[in-house]
Amino acid sequence: MTRSKKNFVDIFFLSISAIASLSVLLLIIGILYVLISESSPAIEKFGVWRFISSTDWNPVKGSFGAATTLFGTAITTVLSILIAVPVAIGIAIFVTEIAPSFLKGPIGAAIELLAAIPSIIYGMWGLFTLAPIMSNYIEPALQKSFGRLPFVGMLFEGTPMGIDLLTASVILSIMIIPFTASISRDAFNLTPTVTKESAYALGATKWEVVKNVVIPYSKLGVFGGIVLSLGRALGETMAVAFVLGNNHQITASLFDAAATITVTLANEFTEADSDIYLSSLFYLALILFVMSFVVLAIAKFFILKTEKGIK
Amino acid sequence: MNKILSVFTVLAVSLLSFGNSFADDTKLNGAGASFPYPVYSAWAYDYSKISGVKLNYQSIGSGGGIRQIINRTVDFGASDAPLKPDELEKDNLLQFPAVIGGVVIVVNIPGIKAGELRLDSNVLSKVYLGEISYWDDGKIKQLNPGKALLHKKITVVHRSDGSGTTAIFTDYLSAVSSDWKEKVGAGTSVKWTVGIGGKGNEGVANYVKRVGHSIGYVEFAYAKENNLSYTLLKNSSGNFVEPGFESFEDAARSANFDPKKDFYLWLNNAPGKNAWPIAGATFILLAKEKKESNINVVKFYDWAFKKGDQTAKRLIYIPLPLSLKNKIRGYWKTNRVY
Repeated sequence: MTRSKKNFVDIFFLSISAIASLSVLLLIIGILYVLISESSPAIEKFGVWRFISSTDWNPVKGSFGAATTLFGTAITTVLSILIAVPVAIGIAIFVTEIAPSFLKGPIGAAIELLAAIPSIIYGMWGLFTLAPIMSNYIEPALQKSFGRLPFVGMLFEGTPMGIDLLTASVILSIMIIPFTASISRDAFNLTPTVTKESAYALGATKWEVVKNVVIPYSKLGVFGGIVLSLGRALGETMAVAFVLGNNHQITASLFDAAATITVTLANEFTEADSDIYLSSLFYLALILFVMSFVVLAIAKFFILKTEKGIK
Repeated sequence: MNKILSVFTVLAVSLLSFGNSFADDTKLNGAGASFPYPVYSAWAYDYSKISGVKLNYQSIGSGGGIRQIINRTVDFGASDAPLKPDELEKDNLLQFPAVIGGVVIVVNIPGIKAGELRLDSNVLSKVYLGEISYWDDGKIKQLNPGKALLHKKITVVHRSDGSGTTAIFTDYLSAVSSDWKEKVGAGTSVKWTVGIGGKGNEGVANYVKRVGHSIGYVEFAYAKENNLSYTLLKNSSGNFVEPGFESFEDAARSANFDPKKDFYLWLNNAPGKNAWPIAGATFILLAKEKKESNINVVKFYDWAFKKGDQTAKRLIYIPLPLSLKNKIRGYWKTNRVY
């Protein structure tokens, strides 16, 4: 191959990849532009603070507020992270430190398969299988054991129906486990073998090695994985839509139906019949876009920081 | 090189033919309501066999259907909610009903079978407002003398997603209860005061089936297919009627669909003696200036009105009564699309 031809190929490749990556940027700006322009009637009518703080979501009267959906989004996200993270880190520790090598492959593959299941399938499974289990066994048991405690009891009030914040959070947690688990696993694998072996040589037990060497060494990576799951939990739609009920209310009990931003969008977008209704839905989407953007930026920041630390 | 060339040729040819298929009149593009999707697609299948015309119907919801036809991206839009004549005027649209659906009330009370419980509009609106919250409430007992109704809390089930079914149901409640009209109102999504939400008819059916002492509203077909216990309902002539093809047809026959108002009508509380009180037609919207594609759409529905009744009934839809079909044909003639 002559030199000039090689040059030409290089330039060609360079320009194609540059165009491809720039188009991602353009796409994001385009989405942001559409969200802002479509939601501008609602922004004008309700303002920012009034929209975020109002709990009134009444399509018939044309009055819209995001507080109930923000509440639902926050609760389901936080709760699902609380359930998923210990399990995911446990899986990662098992796969990297404890499991015999013949088990590592199958477990790793199974975890990644969990991430490949479409969310609508989680939703149908949640509606037909998990919700009855929750309402018949798990929630009554929770009510029995914690229902009488002061303050904590408030979380478990009401009739367990299986269409509530708790069921939605459980489904969400199953969906985000693979993200935290595989990123944590990769972070744990980055711990230098020499360091671990030195700890073992000093007489450390397996638990001590995990607690004092592996986790401190990779905590930023694990944190990045958690925040990535957070982004996923914020944006998950169909699975939650089936088991959350889309009731625009703020409740103390986890056994009550609620609404999240994504659930409201999925449930009400196609039948939104007035302009201000549609615009308010776009406004919700804009808020979610900004929220996810901030969360993912934080995740990226921490992951980059770990990588730098290792170099 | 030759290989690449031939691949490109094939691609180009198939792209060209794909492009062409949009332009010819063997294809109809429609979008809108999801409720009539099964019957439209069944009709389209039979129709394509005799005429070669293929229907591409996107079931994206009534709101989406209205927007698509206003933006003129489809040949026809479909909506469960009729547009008012002045709205049609503004966007230069025509409107006619295509098929009728009924909304039935279903309950899950141990020991009470389909058609045994009697309700009226007053009780129904109070249950959905949360003012009646136990099955042994005096107002329910009064309608059902001799029935063993226990002191059990009523679990109210409604739709969590926006839907034509909700629009029909809440329009009915608004028509019969001024309290409801003032506190909640009618629409595809409303601010419910009590109850739990299921996604889609299947969601509501699932919850009513599973949760004891619950009440919900679903399309007739879902009540039948899931063997749910439907209730009787008192209609505007004072009779307790059972939901079924006859009572829906009676509602459609006795209702005053007026071509001069572009058939704008909510089919609730029809005056017929045996009319089921909660029903609704689903509508087709046409862009007035699209003369050619309108004629093709109208030809399809004309055929469906002539030959499609059995298919509709098999799928548990209520075909339009003959008198209404003739009114629609008249409407088409007046607007020169027939």
